[in-house]
Amino acid sequence: MAHAYAIKDDHAEPHADPTGIKRYLLSTNHKDIGTMYLWFAIFAGILGGALSILMRMELQEPGIQIFKGLAQMVYGVPENAALDNGKQMYNAFVTAHGLIMIFFMVMPAMIGGFGNWFVPLMIGAPDMAFPRMNNISFWLLIPSFALLLISMFVEGPPGMHGVGGGWTIYPPLSSNAGQPGPAMDFAILSLHLAGASSILGAINFITTIFNMRAPGMTLHKMPLFVWSVLVTVFLLLLALPVLAGAITMLLTDRNFGTSFFVPSKGGDPLLFQHLFWFFGHPEVYILILPGFGIISQIISTFSKKPIFGYLGMAYAMVAIGVVGFLVWAHHMFTVGLDADTQAYFTAATMIIAVPTGIKIFSWIATMWGGSIEFRPPMLWAIGFIFLFTVGGVTGVVLANAGVDRDLHATYYVVAHFHYVLSLGAVFAIFAGWYYWFPKMTGYLYNEFWAKVHFWITFISVNFIFFPQHFLGLQGMPRRYIDYPAEFAGWNFISSIGSYFSGLGVLVFLYVTISAYIKKVPAPANPWGVGATTLEWTLPSPPPFHQFNDLPIIK
Amino acid sequence: MADSHAKHHDYHLVNPSWWPVVGASSAFIMAVGAVTWMHGAPPYALVIGFGCVLYTMFMWWRDVIQEANTGDHTPVVALHLRYGMLLFIASEVMFFVAWFWAFFDASLFTNEAKMAARVLATGGLWPPKGMTVFDPFHLPLLNTMILLTSGTTVTWAHHALLNNDRKGLIWGLGLTILLGATFTGVQAYEYAHAMFGFSNANGGNIYGSTFFMATGFHGFHVLVGTIFLIICWLRARGGAFTPKQHFGFEAAAWYWHFVDVVWLFLFVCIYVWGNHGGAVPLE
Repeated sequence: MAHAYAIKDDHAEPHADPTGIKRYLLSTNHKDIGTMYLWFAIFAGILGGALSILMRMELQEPGIQIFKGLAQMVYGVPENAALDNGKQMYNAFVTAHGLIMIFFMVMPAMIGGFGNWFVPLMIGAPDMAFPRMNNISFWLLIPSFALLLISMFVEGPPGMHGVGGGWTIYPPLSSNAGQPGPAMDFAILSLHLAGASSILGAINFITTIFNMRAPGMTLHKMPLFVWSVLVTVFLLLLALPVLAGAITMLLTDRNFGTSFFVPSKGGDPLLFQHLFWFFGHPEVYILILPGFGIISQIISTFSKKPIFGYLGMAYAMVAIGVVGFLVWAHHMFTVGLDADTQAYFTAATMIIAVPTGIKIFSWIATMWGGSIEFRPPMLWAIGFIFLFTVGGVTGVVLANAGVDRDLHATYYVVAHFHYVLSLGAVFAIFAGWYYWFPKMTGYLYNEFWAKVHFWITFISVNFIFFPQHFLGLQGMPRRYIDYPAEFAGWNFISSIGSYFSGLGVLVFLYVTISAYIKKVPAPANPWGVGATTLEWTLPSPPPFHQFNDLPIIK
Repeated sequence: MADSHAKHHDYHLVNPSWWPVVGASSAFIMAVGAVTWMHGAPPYALVIGFGCVLYTMFMWWRDVIQEANTGDHTPVVALHLRYGMLLFIASEVMFFVAWFWAFFDASLFTNEAKMAARVLATGGLWPPKGMTVFDPFHLPLLNTMILLTSGTTVTWAHHALLNNDRKGLIWGLGLTILLGATFTGVQAYEYAHAMFGFSNANGGNIYGSTFFMATGFHGFHVLVGTIFLIICWLRARGGAFTPKQHFGFEAAAWYWHFVDVVWLFLFVCIYVWGNHGGAVPLE
């Protein structure tokens, strides 16, 4: 054959490191791609957070305050249509807030950002297995996000704008019967692109973790953050295609006359809920598992002790991942499942409390007897453990089918999942940000203001979400723009809390931006003897290509 | 070695590339085009976007082949590619799980008291009352035979390649492609003669939805697999692949076997079991 297939024996390929806009646009570098993911997540998080503050402003008092005027201002609708448009706009905000925070904030920050940055560094690899595919995983998020934003400005229900179906987009509200306009189709295709991005990313991470560990880095020596990403991306790989199927059925029901969710043609609206939650429940573990990994690294670092029960911690995550596929219908206790099915899903759901308890107690046991330093990442990590436990315990309450009959779709559920996500996942992200910021940028930040950021956030989010338990127990339903005056008190407190959490975001931006301005150089390891993973052996920031000589793990 | 840029490992640090950002932009154009088309506009943007996606795929994989030819695909990189393909197929399996789920939701739970509207629509039967469905042991069985045979011809091609038998490789691949194209032709013929509808607008119901979407997505995968094999055939004729290094061919073969297995499940579940007891057309 004329072709030369011989393996190159000269590995030295000195091509200049790319600079300028092309460095990012054409990137095949896991650290640059991780950085883009993080900036994207911050942008999306601020947008999604702004939506939630506007919603809390509306809910501060009974009656309809701001969305009527907002609809007139944004959509230019006439006065007599403004009230209905405002209500729909509120629904669209609920939907967009959920989708943005899940798909464009938490997932890009944890998996795309920290995962991209630190999985290769922690396993001693020079880059990801598929560096070019890595970049399309990021760049697909931009059109996906754009499609979601477009959906907010085009017709949804007749004469109104945006997708008002909640992030779960159940038919028939999401069908032609409910929202025939193009907004829902834009949202569906947005999810398709985000899903494709995540599946490609999942393939990339699994291949990287299985094939690119440095010599001696066995699976049972891998840092727990890498374990957490490994479990997470398996969930992504297996759950997202099912969502793709479900929303494709929705798309063809809406546009091509199929009958999947049309009862009068033999279809079944509950089929969508089953498919959605078969994806959706693993999805909520996707959002929190990398957080478990981040918290494990930080608790160990600032207790100056190896993590307690390392193998138990790793396999607890595997167990959570596996059982997470078997509990989906606990989101559907009120749809008329038979008693046996409800009993199964109640029991299976409660079982998840066991591996989760292993994690919580192992973190506490790691701190026990440790030489603890309350640096900013540690504050966030301890905050995480406290708040995530509250959310976990209300999760056990909700797991009971009988109790859930009463609490389903109330603010109790809203409080529960914000405790595990908004105060769990987001606290883990901030913990990771303050832990790895010096490594990623090469700059130290102002630890005093980082602590101020923590305390403002910790106090304010409890003001937002703790009263929502009471509202839910009193029977206030979620996803409504208005409520009876009886619910006014706790709603007021919740809204005030949300404004202070917005203040917390400003402090976060100050800490971050001032670190970039002051440029205080960070040492390779700012955290001392507790930081034992490989990224701390490299300079801050690490070189463009690290580990040209692979490290040997003893 | 003093040169700090020299790498002493076999991983492939890929050069910067335009294709990810071009591909993502193409996907955006395609998505906007799809929505506007579904809501009544002409499909210009859809077609342009789709064309750009195809162009991106072509250019991207052309780069991959060039990298393979210049020695970037070391044993460990080749292993990456194997993992990547296997995991991609795993995600594809889960995609089909959704369509099988829809099928079994409709075909197993036919007569539930709480699903009154469904019982009214289907008579509590599967296939729904009054429908004429395909005889599984007619064209569907023929297509099963065609796909199973194509599984043997692609294995023939693989063994020919391993034995450095270029002629056998090209013939085996060529026959596999012909069998794949025949399958698609038979399926198109079958669709054209269906006695039940796809869309609500022409009398379709849940049977038509699950049947056409499940077998249709499979048919689409057959088409993709056939194109993949055609690329391999063209490359084989151009002198590509050696007995030691031919992952492009193997990936196509794996994909083809995956498509084959999905068909076996479709055949057994939807055609044989699902059509059991239904009326079939007279010969």
